Amino acid sequence: MIGRIFITLTGLASLIIVLFVLVILANIAHHGLGTLSWEFISSAPAHGMTAGGIFPAIFGTILLVLLMTIAVIPLGVMTAVYLSEYAPKRSALVSLIRLAIQNLAGVPSIVFGLFGLGFFIQFAGVGLDKFFFNSQIVFGQPAIIWAALTLALLTLPTVVVSTEEAIRIIPDSHREVAYSLGATRLQVVREIIIPQAIGGILTGGILAVSRGAGEVAPILFTGAAYFLPALPTKLNDQFMELGYHVYVMATQSPDVEATKPILYGTVLVLLLLTFSLNFTAIWIRSRIRKKMRALR
Amino acid sequence: MRRKGFENAVELVILASAMTAIAGLFLIFIFIGKEALPVFFSPEIRDEAGLSKLFLAQAGPHPFSWQPVSLVPKYSVLTLFAGTLKATLVAIIFAAPLALGAALFTAEFAPDWLKEIIKPVIEILAGIPSIVLGFFALMVMATFVQDAFGTLYRLNALVAGIALGIAVIPVIYTVAEDALSGVPYSYKEASIALGATRWQTASRIVFPAALPGILAACILGFGRCIGETMIVLMASGNAPLMTWILDSPIRTVSATVAAELGEVVVGSGHYHVLFFLGTLLFVFTFAINLFAHWFVKRLQKKILGIT
Repeated sequence: MIGRIFITLTGLASLIIVLFVLVILANIAHHGLGTLSWEFISSAPAHGMTAGGIFPAIFGTILLVLLMTIAVIPLGVMTAVYLSEYAPKRSALVSLIRLAIQNLAGVPSIVFGLFGLGFFIQFAGVGLDKFFFNSQIVFGQPAIIWAALTLALLTLPTVVVSTEEAIRIIPDSHREVAYSLGATRLQVVREIIIPQAIGGILTGGILAVSRGAGEVAPILFTGAAYFLPALPTKLNDQFMELGYHVYVMATQSPDVEATKPILYGTVLVLLLLTFSLNFTAIWIRSRIRKKMRALR
Repeated sequence: MRRKGFENAVELVILASAMTAIAGLFLIFIFIGKEALPVFFSPEIRDEAGLSKLFLAQAGPHPFSWQPVSLVPKYSVLTLFAGTLKATLVAIIFAAPLALGAALFTAEFAPDWLKEIIKPVIEILAGIPSIVLGFFALMVMATFVQDAFGTLYRLNALVAGIALGIAVIPVIYTVAEDALSGVPYSYKEASIALGATRWQTASRIVFPAALPGILAACILGFGRCIGETMIVLMASGNAPLMTWILDSPIRTVSATVAAELGEVVVGSGHYHVLFFLGTLLFVFTFAINLFAHWFVKRLQKKILGIT
């Protein structure tokens, strides 16, 4: 009897969580859908953010995660390839790299922001300016490239873990056949490992993009701006970004009621963006797993 | 021969890339820690913001105040620690029962069709960016909590803590569920065979067997709360008050760094104190993560060793 009550309580806990998620999503969809239109996502803000659209923020977000992807995918894939194909089994270095990846995933996002400012802007950027630009300020300032690189480090664990998972389910026999035919290690990686792990790499990349598009703390000091008259075109330009846009509008707007529809619309766009990415990743992953089960 | 040289070069590049994570962690520590050092060693900075100024009660009516941009700057970081601790405790007290209850439900009691609903929903929750949760807390939850509890301030430790709790539910749930479903089936069979009910089996066999993993889940959730920034920045009120009242505004360590670093003069005492706070955040969450993962590993070894 008491058992039944407790079982019901655990079910109730699950129900409460599901309800929370539903309420949050319903609230944002309810208030945001009215604002959502082609006009809203394709035009620039107007009248002090109380009218117009959010195109520059969407553009900035996409450019940001694109640059991030260019940096993080090669690094993440090569890390995973090293761990599974090149490293001697059970070496101390492998456990150290795994430990580092695990801990990198737990570093608070605001710490990445501090790191981006201290390392990329004030060390790398100022250094570049000193050597190549006669100490003129070119790269020693907040810029989209520094924000993208900061996010790349933040999302590195996502790509590594996902790629490794995909590599792990490649049967050893495939490698053995290739090696027995005289293939070199690089050939095995290029012809066997990467093609078969491509789904995992894609999944990792998409999850990384979804994570990167939603992070605000790391870009606070590394390049995001509230309003810019022009779109970013150079690597050292600042940029507008959806999450940062939400943060500033919600906390620093003089008239929250007037910006409310746009605010909800922006949040909805951000959610739709991250969700569609997540669902794509989950779909690809489940397809790979199914295929792998069929192979065995 | 040239082929061999190329192979070796590629291998070197791959090895170098694999070192990124280690190098990244080192660089984070060095480049944030470096900017925190003047708090310990620079005579000028120590005069303005030395350790005694940061951690000890100061003379005057407000012994622990955080006023970095006043005529005589005050940097009592204990106030910020209190804020972080308060929000984190509310979050864990709120999130742990829900997340652990749901984990137990999905691992032990729920029929398959319900699992297929609960698990994806929690995955969706994990995918909601923290800025969106912060926004929701600021716009909707704050008003709701104020109406329900009659709090004096709209934004306070209670609102921030609950929002933070919602954000860490997926963290706690995932790790706890892993630990619970990792308990060998033979344990349950033995218990049921001896005539135990489903609840007795779950509460006296499965739960204790998975306890290290469940503790690790809560510890990981704790670490995540301490570092979480955007939610507290938006929903906590950001007033550095040191009180035990639950519904007063608070200012946390992470939110302080996020709010103040953008406008600080590079190289000032304030600047170095903010990096000092960042270093503390990094070191503390790092230690917590190491500990939690070590704990989980030990559990895995124990269970695998027995079966």
